Amino acid sequence: MADEKLTQIYIMGKAYDVPVGVTIMDAMEYAGYRFIRGAGCRSGFCGACGTVYRKAGEYRLEFVLACQEMVEEGMHLTQLPFTPAPRSDYVLNELDPRENVLLQHYPEIARCVSCNTCTKACPQEIEVMDYIQAALRGDVAKVAELSFDCIACGLCAMRCPADIKHYHVGQMGRRLHSIANSPMPDHLTERIAQLEGGTFDNEMNALAGASLDDLKTKYAERVIEKAVTEEVTT
Amino acid sequence: MSELTYFPGCSLKDNAKRFEDTAFFVMERLEMPLRELETWNCCGTVYSLTADDLMHHVASVRNFVRTQETGSEELVTLCAMCYNTLSRVAGRINADEEERTKINAFMDREPDYEGTIRVRHVLQVLRDSVGWERLAEGATRPLFGLKVAAYYGCTLVRPRETGIDDMERPTVMADALEAVGAEPVVFPFEAECCGTYQIVDEPHLALEQSERILQSAALAGADVVVTACPLCQHNLEQAAESLAADVEEIRDIKVVYFTELLAAALGADEGSMTPVVRELITSRVTAEGGA
Repeated sequence: MADEKLTQIYIMGKAYDVPVGVTIMDAMEYAGYRFIRGAGCRSGFCGACGTVYRKAGEYRLEFVLACQEMVEEGMHLTQLPFTPAPRSDYVLNELDPRENVLLQHYPEIARCVSCNTCTKACPQEIEVMDYIQAALRGDVAKVAELSFDCIACGLCAMRCPADIKHYHVGQMGRRLHSIANSPMPDHLTERIAQLEGGTFDNEMNALAGASLDDLKTKYAERVIEKAVTEEVTT
Repeated sequence: MSELTYFPGCSLKDNAKRFEDTAFFVMERLEMPLRELETWNCCGTVYSLTADDLMHHVASVRNFVRTQETGSEELVTLCAMCYNTLSRVAGRINADEEERTKINAFMDREPDYEGTIRVRHVLQVLRDSVGWERLAEGATRPLFGLKVAAYYGCTLVRPRETGIDDMERPTVMADALEAVGAEPVVFPFEAECCGTYQIVDEPHLALEQSERILQSAALAGADVVVTACPLCQHNLEQAAESLAADVEEIRDIKVVYFTELLAAALGADEGSMTPVVRELITSRVTAEGGA
């Protein structure tokens, strides 16, 4: 511990010495913060740890995931783990993707002035403004393509001067694209038939009736991605 | 064959798709095909008149930056409102280096706009680059006998600095249709306002305006009113529908985009036409010129 190289960062304005070369998330835990919210997969996929920081001497704010970005000397940071953005309710199969459904459900996308602040806030480097513009003209295929890597951290919506809820628009666009432009996959049709035909009922009932100890054993002994491991080993 | 860098605008991808489809056909036939900008955003919709409101010009400027990246010096549009917004922003920002610097400083992580993009409407391209003679030569299905009222509305011809023609007595759209055999009628409401966005909150205001335009065209003997703007088209269509039952003189008048008629004249397949255009071609167009 004595030899460990430390660097100073500021978490919500307070100075902490944290190890060099660790992520913001690890640094915050090192400094004594305990995450109840604002941390999830710790692998850059879940979008729970949206974080804002400013480097020493810079005026600009940067937007990252705490689990993916390394700390730097003099960094000022805080987490924005949740975005209180409203999400439109809809039943997907009742929508007609040929109409401009996105604009009907999220009319505020028409307020976009193309400032591109959303794009600059995206830790996934998505062309956020471009997919909002595609949404504006009802091009769900383009919305789906451009927004594919979105992890719904919500930082775009937090920055938008027009109060657009980009990540919800992107999600709805991907769903509309799936019903408008993608065929129903065969394996899904088969699995639905199996479910409805009761193929898995016995297995499910057995699980539901199992004791806690049984469940713990089953969980510990479970096989993860069986098919893939078999393919790899054979 | 020289390609034109084309900015569609949102309406052209949505409710005005036939405006775009027919324009593509026309420009392809005339060997000046429209090539759509790979990435583009809304033009900004309405040109902001506030003197220091540079933020609302950023949308247009971004499209100019993307035009620059294609190597083109010109951006061609179809929608009259997009033309109005884009050309006014270009006029202002190209001429003012200080404002350009401010906008470029705001777009700090994107390439700078160099202030050299020119904006033209397809009608200007037809008049100034294709020419009426070449257009006439391309008319394999001349529109003889069809009486057209060329309706310009506001945004194509105003303000004077960016208007594509005389703001009181424009002729460019009528000239284009005359070149392909149609017979333009003279009517005094050619550059009156259709009522624009009042159709949303105060529909009766917009409909009254549009009704006057239709009646004026019908009294001048027009079979069809042609437009170059998705919003004018929408308002006039609405007015035609609501009036058809009770105003005799406009009962049969149709409203179409000017490109729909040009495409028909330049040999578009009948299957590609809307029922309205097909009917005009079969019932109103005569075999010989005359009149």
